[in-house]
Amino acid sequence: MLRLEKLVKTYKTGDQALKAVDLDIPEGQVLALIGPSGAGKSTLIRCINRLVEPTTGKVWLDGTELTGLSSSGLRRERRRMGMIFQEYALVERLSVMENVLSGRLGYVGFWRSFLRRYPQSDVDEAFRLLDRVGLAHMADKRADELSGGQRQRVGICRALIQNPAVLLVDEPTASLDPKTSRQIMRLICELCRERGLAAIINIHDVALAQMFVQRVIGLRFGAVEFDGPPEGLTPEVLTTIYGEEDWEATIAPVDEDEETAVEAAE
Amino acid sequence: MSAPSTAAPLPIGQPWRKPPFIKRPWLRWTLIIGFIAYLIAAFLTIDVNWSRVYDGLERGKQFVLAFTSPDFTSRSGDIWEGMIESIVMTVAASVVGIAISIPIALGAARNVAPLPIYLICRSIIAVSRALQEIIVAILLVAIFGFGPLAGFLTLSFATIGFLSKLLAEDIESMDRVQAEAIKASGAKWTQWINYGVQPQVMPRLIGLSIYRVDINFRESAILGLVGAGGIGATLNTAFDRYEYDTAAAILISIIVIVMALEYLSGVIRARVQ
Amino acid sequence: MPVRENGSLKVWQRRSGRESLFHWLIWLVGIAIFAYCWQQISNATTWFFVWDAPRISQDIWTRATPPRWEYISQLGKPIWDTLNIATLGTIISLFLAVPVAFLAARNTTPSALFIRPIALLIIVSTRSINSLIWALLLIAIIGPGVFAGVVAIAIRSIGFCAKLLYEAIEEIDATQVEAITATGASRWQVMAYGIVPQIMPAFAGIAVFRWDINIRESTVLGLVGAGGIGLQLSSSLNVLAWPQVSLILLVILAAVVISEWVSAKVRAAII
Repeated sequence: MLRLEKLVKTYKTGDQALKAVDLDIPEGQVLALIGPSGAGKSTLIRCINRLVEPTTGKVWLDGTELTGLSSSGLRRERRRMGMIFQEYALVERLSVMENVLSGRLGYVGFWRSFLRRYPQSDVDEAFRLLDRVGLAHMADKRADELSGGQRQRVGICRALIQNPAVLLVDEPTASLDPKTSRQIMRLICELCRERGLAAIINIHDVALAQMFVQRVIGLRFGAVEFDGPPEGLTPEVLTTIYGEEDWEATIAPVDEDEETAVEAAE
Repeated sequence: MSAPSTAAPLPIGQPWRKPPFIKRPWLRWTLIIGFIAYLIAAFLTIDVNWSRVYDGLERGKQFVLAFTSPDFTSRSGDIWEGMIESIVMTVAASVVGIAISIPIALGAARNVAPLPIYLICRSIIAVSRALQEIIVAILLVAIFGFGPLAGFLTLSFATIGFLSKLLAEDIESMDRVQAEAIKASGAKWTQWINYGVQPQVMPRLIGLSIYRVDINFRESAILGLVGAGGIGATLNTAFDRYEYDTAAAILISIIVIVMALEYLSGVIRARVQ
Repeated sequence: MPVRENGSLKVWQRRSGRESLFHWLIWLVGIAIFAYCWQQISNATTWFFVWDAPRISQDIWTRATPPRWEYISQLGKPIWDTLNIATLGTIISLFLAVPVAFLAARNTTPSALFIRPIALLIIVSTRSINSLIWALLLIAIIGPGVFAGVVAIAIRSIGFCAKLLYEAIEEIDATQVEAITATGASRWQVMAYGIVPQIMPAFAGIAVFRWDINIRESTVLGLVGAGGIGLQLSSSLNVLAWPQVSLILLVILAAVVISEWVSAKVRAAII
């Protein structure tokens, strides 16, 4: 459904962030993108919805070539790609409801959005989503009054109200504590399953990725080093992605740990 | 993770409105209606002579065109003298004003000065800030006669209010620990100021001083309107005689000098910090 | 090299020899410039008047006190005009300053090469010329009156407001803008949802701050004929009616103090 073909991004400084990445994501697959800082994970995600303009290569979404679109065509396609950010990226001085409704901006005209006159169906959907993540009572709070986990939930609602076909998730847990991180990851994965969404999740935390996703891509220096199920992440594989380190301690205990930790979280 | 906190039924099907900025409706409407009423009243009391404005458009066009061909030459003597006088006033007033405002700033900082001195210095600052340059200039011209001395005194006086206030605020917000460490070494008051306070506020003092030089120059351009010296008198004459090309030349000179000062202050501030 | 070897003795100095020479030179040049400036001012001054100044100021003081209180009945309309000049001028200038600021900010300008320099030129030229000069110019063009004052204040304030506003725009959080862009919002929607909420507090603060300054400036615009209370001041000065002058000065002082108080209150309420 989402296909990347020989995607290359070279920054003006000469840094090659992506070196001919090929990737094919079928409908409904949740995929984790791991790799060291600076491996090009963020760039890859941003090249898909062209927040960062790829240098060469193509991105296809359901038979539409995103890389060749005009700016209005791109805006139309961006509606089908929900994005979730590391630092939540909520507009802090707007209310929770406005933040969620801003996910509909691609569907409503300027004056309608300016006067906050959204169609009733959008408002209903926003309330349903907020209720789904447990924040319906917060709708008229200002976004900067919320805690980190709550903000990320609002960010998830904003992405989902776009009615997307794919979620682009950029380090959703990097600013959260371990418990909230797991809750947010679980929420994202549950919602993807409920709605049959594909998702690309950038993530630092290898253990967390293994816990929730069906497929893992390892990125190193802008090239795909690993592509397979989470069980395939052996210490050798992690060494090729991240470099030499004692990986046993990272993988094994977390797997056993998981049950108790999840229980504690619930 | 469906949270249990949503006891109330979801407002599905109900319209949603952005909560208003001012929550109390009567206050909101009073403010809105009052503001609109004020605007209408204000517009009604300005009687604009539209035919005069329409006639003026032609002169306005001429003035704008004058900027494309400013006349620096025919009154070059007046322009040159006026500019030199403005610069001279700016430099002298900035030096004197800054020199006087440093002790006043020290006196107006509560963490440095005792209460009686603090009150005296704060009232000097308040008086200097409340009186505008041009009004001070009028009074000083009446007292000292026409000429740049009145302008010089005006600008010095205005510099004191501006610089002392901002500098005093900076001194009050400085790092106490550094200053205490110097005090602990048994330093005298003057030594304490020199070693504990001065290094902390120096960059800000330099930045503010340069900014004030910039303001003083801009102000010096208008003091001539009331006879206190500088380029303002020449400019006024040029407007009175409808010599737009000369006026344009003067304005361009002012803008260029202000831009140069701003550039200079950027360079110096970057070096100080 | 602050430490100098003097035989076996190490002498610490704050600056090396050349450095200290350079410092002395700078001081010397500075003092010379100041002396020259003072010389110029002194030459242009009639010192006889200066020595006479204490007597004159005494004289003015006795004439100006007590203020002519009953004159205040004639000051109602001029005060109202002054308020209008400041308020309407501020409102108009804000309308003009917002687009200029967006064109001048590095992250929102449509063209950094052509449009940004023009916007910056507008900012610097309106800012560097005092409102009294703008008033002079406008009176020459459209005739004396309150309207010229309003326009003068409006023009003068564009640069000030636009400068502060574009600095605020350049400091916004770019990820919030990115997030709105990613939803497929149009350019104007990104502006309304991503940028405007972030600069709103700065905008309100600037507006009130400038209004306060404009009250001060509009009190003296009348000196050149642009309406407001300055007109009364100038005519009283012309006929040497010192009791009226002192009353007007008191009124101006009160206006300045009140406007500063209002602006401080409003800014505190916003932030």
